[in-house]
Amino acid sequence: MASLPAALSILTGLMLGLGAYTFHFAQGLSYFSNDPEACANCHVMRDYLDSWQKSGHHGWAVCNDCHTPRALPAKLWTKLDNGWNHSVKFTLQNFAEPLRLRPVNLDRLLDNCRRCHAGLVQEVGGECLPCHAGVGHGPRN
Amino acid sequence: MAPGTKKIYAGLSAAVALSTFLITLLLMNVLERKQEARQTHFQLVELSEDTVDPAEWGKNFPRQYDGYRRTVDTERTRFGGSEAFQRLERDPRLKRIFAGYAFELDYREDRGHAYSLKDQDETERVKLRPQTGACLHCHAAALPAWRKLGFEAVCALPYAEARRLVTHPIVCLDCHDPKTLQLRVTRPGFLNGLRAWKKSQGVDHYDPNTMATRQEMRSYVCGQCHVEYYFAGPQKIVTYPWAKGLKVEEMEAYYDQIGFSDWKHAETGAPMLKAQHPEFELWNQGIHARSGVACADCHMPYMRQGAIKISDHHVRSPMLNVERACLVCHPFSAQEMKARTEAIQDRNAKLLLRAEEALIDLFDEIKTARAKGATDAQLTRSLQLHRKAQFRVDFINAENSTGFHAPQEAARILGEAIDYARQAQLAARAR
Repeated sequence: MASLPAALSILTGLMLGLGAYTFHFAQGLSYFSNDPEACANCHVMRDYLDSWQKSGHHGWAVCNDCHTPRALPAKLWTKLDNGWNHSVKFTLQNFAEPLRLRPVNLDRLLDNCRRCHAGLVQEVGGECLPCHAGVGHGPRN
Repeated sequence: MAPGTKKIYAGLSAAVALSTFLITLLLMNVLERKQEARQTHFQLVELSEDTVDPAEWGKNFPRQYDGYRRTVDTERTRFGGSEAFQRLERDPRLKRIFAGYAFELDYREDRGHAYSLKDQDETERVKLRPQTGACLHCHAAALPAWRKLGFEAVCALPYAEARRLVTHPIVCLDCHDPKTLQLRVTRPGFLNGLRAWKKSQGVDHYDPNTMATRQEMRSYVCGQCHVEYYFAGPQKIVTYPWAKGLKVEEMEAYYDQIGFSDWKHAETGAPMLKAQHPEFELWNQGIHARSGVACADCHMPYMRQGAIKISDHHVRSPMLNVERACLVCHPFSAQEMKARTEAIQDRNAKLLLRAEEALIDLFDEIKTARAKGATDAQLTRSLQLHRKAQFRVDFINAENSTGFHAPQEAARILGEAIDYARQAQLAARAR
């Protein structure tokens, strides 16, 4: 019966190979990058990417500059947290539209507004978006 | 091998099998989405100007066709919707308001696009009163018939005869070029009316199909039919009274100038105007039009199916689709947007009721005056004011947004209507 572990090893290897190819086919590595195109791998983001390219922030900030924290551990955690949610929801096609930021993601976003525009807003504070919706990209939400 | 070890191996095998199964599922799902994003439609049949049947178009565009077919759905909203309820029963005042006109016989709420021809065939207004081929201008896919006989000739035919020339209700061909799928407008009444309106603004020979922006076209295709119109001359040519502008008093001035009336009111004897369904005109006076929001943005909002983005061809009340219709621009909850809309519509409905009551009081006043021997000559001013008041009441009542398309304009029109009706009452009393 020594062939049983061998068969199982082969099967596990096949599974891992298939998994690796799926990861490659879904451009899994690109999610570790800063490239805005990676965000539109998941096709729902196409409108946001297109309109960002025409927006005022285009020359200054990519998706990650606004939507993920700057510090690396926090950035990776945000990508993991949102990446998992997005993958599950898009694969199962189970989410509400139009898309809205979760409160935790809104906080992450506003922190970045204040980080870059600190000189201007440290005296003012505020929620930024009620007046400045659309500075990053088109479809307002 | 010990029985315990056997069990462990069996369990491991099952786990590996399940994982492989799920990974393959995911792989195929990613593949499917990628393909959707790459190619949005497949050309299976050749479409031409003679492809009237939407089912043929549906072979190339199954998603849009699926939405189009769902316009058979009937669903009530608070004030309207797409169920054919009898408005004369909901509001019996309308029987007196339309005394002597076909609308006193039958005034059912209209249903979705899929029913446009069927509803036309079934209304008592067509069965009991003679109508013409003019009705097909908006109720049928009439392009091939116009190409064959000419628009004016089809308008002039008796209804039953013209009806034999058409087979379908409103179809793809009416708004889309079969070769390029670009939006286009095809209704002659609209093309003529729009040209006259643009001329009044100093633009000569306006042709929307070559001069309008895509966003304008996303309203013009709807404005082809959702408008005020009349049948001009003995040939019954469908005509939009827009040469002086789209506001209610500008259209009224147009009718006054050419001396047009739809019928003589059976209770008062006044020369009446029937307002049709001036959605396009009222929307033009509102904040959404001013902000560049097209009809299609709310009535056919963009939707996503898998990785594909389409506009929803299930044309319907935005109140049945608030998330997509409103929330794309308004950062509030669906409940909040619905509440805002209903607040506007409630106010409009209440003011409309008051305006109708003013008309009813006016009918009684004129009848009393006639009973006391008043002549037409003595009542001239009163009857003219009746015409003005009722055109305004009807303008807002027949318009299908219950005031939403331009709330302040709707209130202004109803305010004027109440004033004209009460002035008419005073004039009848003081003759």
